[in-house]
Amino acid sequence: MLAARAAVLALGLALAAAPAAQAHRAWLKPQTTILSGEQGFVAVDAGISDVPFLADHQPMRLDGLTIVGPDGVERAPQNPATGKLRSTFDAALPKPGTYRVAAVTQGAMASYKLGEETKRWRGSAAELASAIPAGATEVKVTESVRRIETFMTLGAPNATALKPSGKGLEFEFITHPSDLAAGAPAQFRLLLDGKPAAGVDVDFVLGETRYRATGVERTVKSAADGRVKITWPEAGMYWVEAIVRDDQASIPGAQRSASYVATLEVQPN
Amino acid sequence: MSSNRVLASALALGVSAIPAAGQAAQLAVSLEVPQLSVAEYHRPYVAIWIERPDQSAVKTLAVWWEKDKRNNEGAKYLDELRQWWRKSGRSLDLKADGLSGPTRAPGKYQLTFSGAQLADLAPGTYNLVVEASRETGGREVVRAPFVWPPKAAQAAKPAALKGARELGAVTLAAKP
Repeated sequence: MLAARAAVLALGLALAAAPAAQAHRAWLKPQTTILSGEQGFVAVDAGISDVPFLADHQPMRLDGLTIVGPDGVERAPQNPATGKLRSTFDAALPKPGTYRVAAVTQGAMASYKLGEETKRWRGSAAELASAIPAGATEVKVTESVRRIETFMTLGAPNATALKPSGKGLEFEFITHPSDLAAGAPAQFRLLLDGKPAAGVDVDFVLGETRYRATGVERTVKSAADGRVKITWPEAGMYWVEAIVRDDQASIPGAQRSASYVATLEVQPN
Repeated sequence: MSSNRVLASALALGVSAIPAAGQAAQLAVSLEVPQLSVAEYHRPYVAIWIERPDQSAVKTLAVWWEKDKRNNEGAKYLDELRQWWRKSGRSLDLKADGLSGPTRAPGKYQLTFSGAQLADLAPGTYNLVVEASRETGGREVVRAPFVWPPKAAQAAKPAALKGARELGAVTLAAKP
C-alpha cells in the first residue's frame, strides 16, 4: 500500500497535469445483486477510496446517478444521503428484471501557470472559458467522461437496461452481469463511443480483502474486437476499471480521459 | 432455462430413433435433513434439479420453501438457494409449475421422479443436484451422477453421498 502510494505520488510529480483524483477509486457497493420475491430493495453505498468498497476516505457525489429498470424507465434513487465517508441510497426494484445503476459524469480539469505559480481548476466544460484567467500560461485541459455502474436483478434477468449508451467508455455485456459465477468464464466487449476499444487494460479487483494477506486482482487486455474474457477466480464483489486517454475531447485542444468502472457480483458455486 | 428446455426438447426430437426411457424408469432419491444443534434453527430451503456435466441446468424437480407464507413472503429467500436460483429458479413460475413443497423438519425423505416427469430428458450423462440453504445457517450443494435412460447395473449400485453439514446422506438410484 505504501509502495503504491509512493508510486502514485511519483507519477503525480512526473505528470503535473494528471488529475489529482486518480490515486483513489470510485465505487458503488450494492449489498446484493440477485434477488427473489415480489419486489425488492437494495441498499447501495457509493464512495471513493484506495480499497474498493471500504468507506474510509470520501463520499461519491450522487449527482448524475440514475437507475434504469427492466422496462427502460428511469427511476430516482430513494433515501439518498451523503455522509463524511460515503454516500448511500436505496434502489427500488418494483418489478422483475435487470436494473442498471449508473453515475455518468462529465467534467473538465485544467492546470496552468500564473506567473511562477501552478494552479489547478476543476469544473464543467461550460465554466472552463471563464475559469482560466487572462495571462495564464502552459494551460493544459483534460475533459473527463466517466461512467460508474452496477447491476441488480429481481427474478429472471433481461437485457433492456444493459443497452450501451454509445458515449464514453463502457461494457457491452456478452455475459449478463447477473449471471457470473466463480470458476465460470465471462465475456464483455469494451466500447469507446459505441465502437470496440482494443488493447485497453481492464482491471478486475476483488473487494472485501481487508483480512487477507494478499488481494485478488486480474488485468485483462481487450482484444481487437474489444472483447474482454475472464474466468472468475472466486466468488465476491469485483471492482472493474478501464481508462482510455485520447484527443477526442469536445473541448478544443483538450485531452480526453474516458473511464469506466463497474461493480460486478460473482456468485458462489 | 427456457433456452435449455428448447435445446433439451430439440435434442430429444433429434435422437427420436434412440429408444426412450421405459415407462417404469425412475429416479429414486433419498435425502436427509440433518438434526443440527444451533442457537437458532430454521428448516432449510431445498432445491433438487438435474444438470449436464458442464453444470448447466436442465430441469428442476422439486423445491422445498415457505410457499404458503402471507403475501408470498417466503419467495424473498429463494435467492439463498444461490446456485439453483441463478441457473434455474429465477426463470420458473413456481406458482404454476407444481414443483413446490413445504420445508421439511430434520429427518429422512424419499422422493421418486417418474419416467413420465423426465420424458423430455435426452439420453446422456447428468448430475442430480441437491442444494440446501438455511436461514441464519449455511448452504451446501451435493451432486450425484446418473445416466439416462438408466441401466440395470446402475440401479443395483445407487450413488451414495453425504453432505458435510446442511445435508445428511443423499442417495440416488436410477432405475430402468
